Amino acid sequence: MNPYGPVAIYLVVALAAALLFTFLPGLLGRAKPNPQKQDAYECGVEPTSAVQGRFPVRFYLVAMLFVIFDVEAASFYPWAVEMHALKAFGLIEMVIFIIVLGIGYAYVWKKGGFQWR
Amino acid sequence: MPDWLIILIKSAILLLVVVTTFAYAMLAERKVLGWMQLRPGPNRVGPWGLMQPAADAAKLILKEDLTPRTADPLIYRLAPFISLLTAFSVYAVIPFGASNAGVWAIGTPNAGILFLLAITSIGVYGITLGGWASGSKYPLLGSVRATAQMISYELGMSLSFIGVLLLAGTTSLDGIVSAQEKWWFIIPQFVGFIVYIITAVAETNRVPFDLVEAETELVAGFHTEYSGLRFGLFFIAEYVNMLTVSCIASLLFLGGWNAPFGILPMVPGVVWFILKVAFFMFFYMWLRATLPRFRYDRLMAFGWKVLLPLATLNLVVTAIIVAFLGH
Repeated sequence: MNPYGPVAIYLVVALAAALLFTFLPGLLGRAKPNPQKQDAYECGVEPTSAVQGRFPVRFYLVAMLFVIFDVEAASFYPWAVEMHALKAFGLIEMVIFIIVLGIGYAYVWKKGGFQWR
Repeated sequence: MPDWLIILIKSAILLLVVVTTFAYAMLAERKVLGWMQLRPGPNRVGPWGLMQPAADAAKLILKEDLTPRTADPLIYRLAPFISLLTAFSVYAVIPFGASNAGVWAIGTPNAGILFLLAITSIGVYGITLGGWASGSKYPLLGSVRATAQMISYELGMSLSFIGVLLLAGTTSLDGIVSAQEKWWFIIPQFVGFIVYIITAVAETNRVPFDLVEAETELVAGFHTEYSGLRFGLFFIAEYVNMLTVSCIASLLFLGGWNAPFGILPMVPGVVWFILKVAFFMFFYMWLRATLPRFRYDRLMAFGWKVLLPLATLNLVVTAIIVAFLGH
């Protein structure tokens, strides 16, 4: 069998189990709704304002940096596996790549991109 | 029996094992925390508290399932499902032992580690969407924090694997274990191991990185609005993820099912594997009983300014050694 065949079968079983767990509460839990229960929780007081407000742009910056550095990490994988064959050539290539990346990293650091203020 | 039926039965058994392990890991955690704080822990339900997981499960299933008026109902219900499904899915590629007949695993694809990373990354969506769809302030804050924390620490984690891949020359998990027959990778990859353990604790949102559900400031974080079994699904996912992390740490750094220094050859490999996994599970509980919570700005700075360069440095040094000395 293809090595991914068993993985696919397992994923189907996992999907079935997760679906079972997801639909159980609807079948067995008793429902006695009332307006107070259905309020969003705010330490017992009535919700004071809308949920969608402003939140720090920092989080957006983190997401962008993540995309850049994660692509970098992904590009290391095939290189790492082939390193035994590539030897010095692979090493030099990757050191150049890391230097380029390091310049970007230093720039972000200096600009305060990692500072949480 | 046809092949697919055998695999189907194996998969069902494996899932049962995972869920049972979750139940007793939870009980073990409460017991261990109890002992560390000089109290007995759960001891009312069944002898020595052993039926506690069953009692908890029955309670959670029978509780009312609440959905806040302001929530987005579909995504609100989808989020715990995503968390649970990704937590379960990982076990498709994790090998538990080996005998002459072959490797004990559901599937042993070449790209085992890549599969693991891909699936665990999807797990972030469960927490992000769960907090966002609740339509409430604390969950929203908790989930935004969680997302930033998890993606930041994911970088260090994926970089910490690369040292192991350099030494093993393969991404298949059984290949990595058989490359460790002589030396466990914790010795040449000690820095990688430390980075992995720290990032893994952060990825599973456990103490000291449990800012996602910091009770003192965010009530319960992203799952504040969830009740009954839907809360339980997040809980199961968290513990199953802890188990996954323990398995990966054992496979990549502690030689998987290889015995330490080749001692006691009559003990089957799976016993060693279970012992190593149990050690890491205990380590999680130990951390929880010992450490206070990080401050958020320090957490982010630590991830980006310490772990990321440290993992990259480890990778470069390992690459230099592999390039000039072979393996």
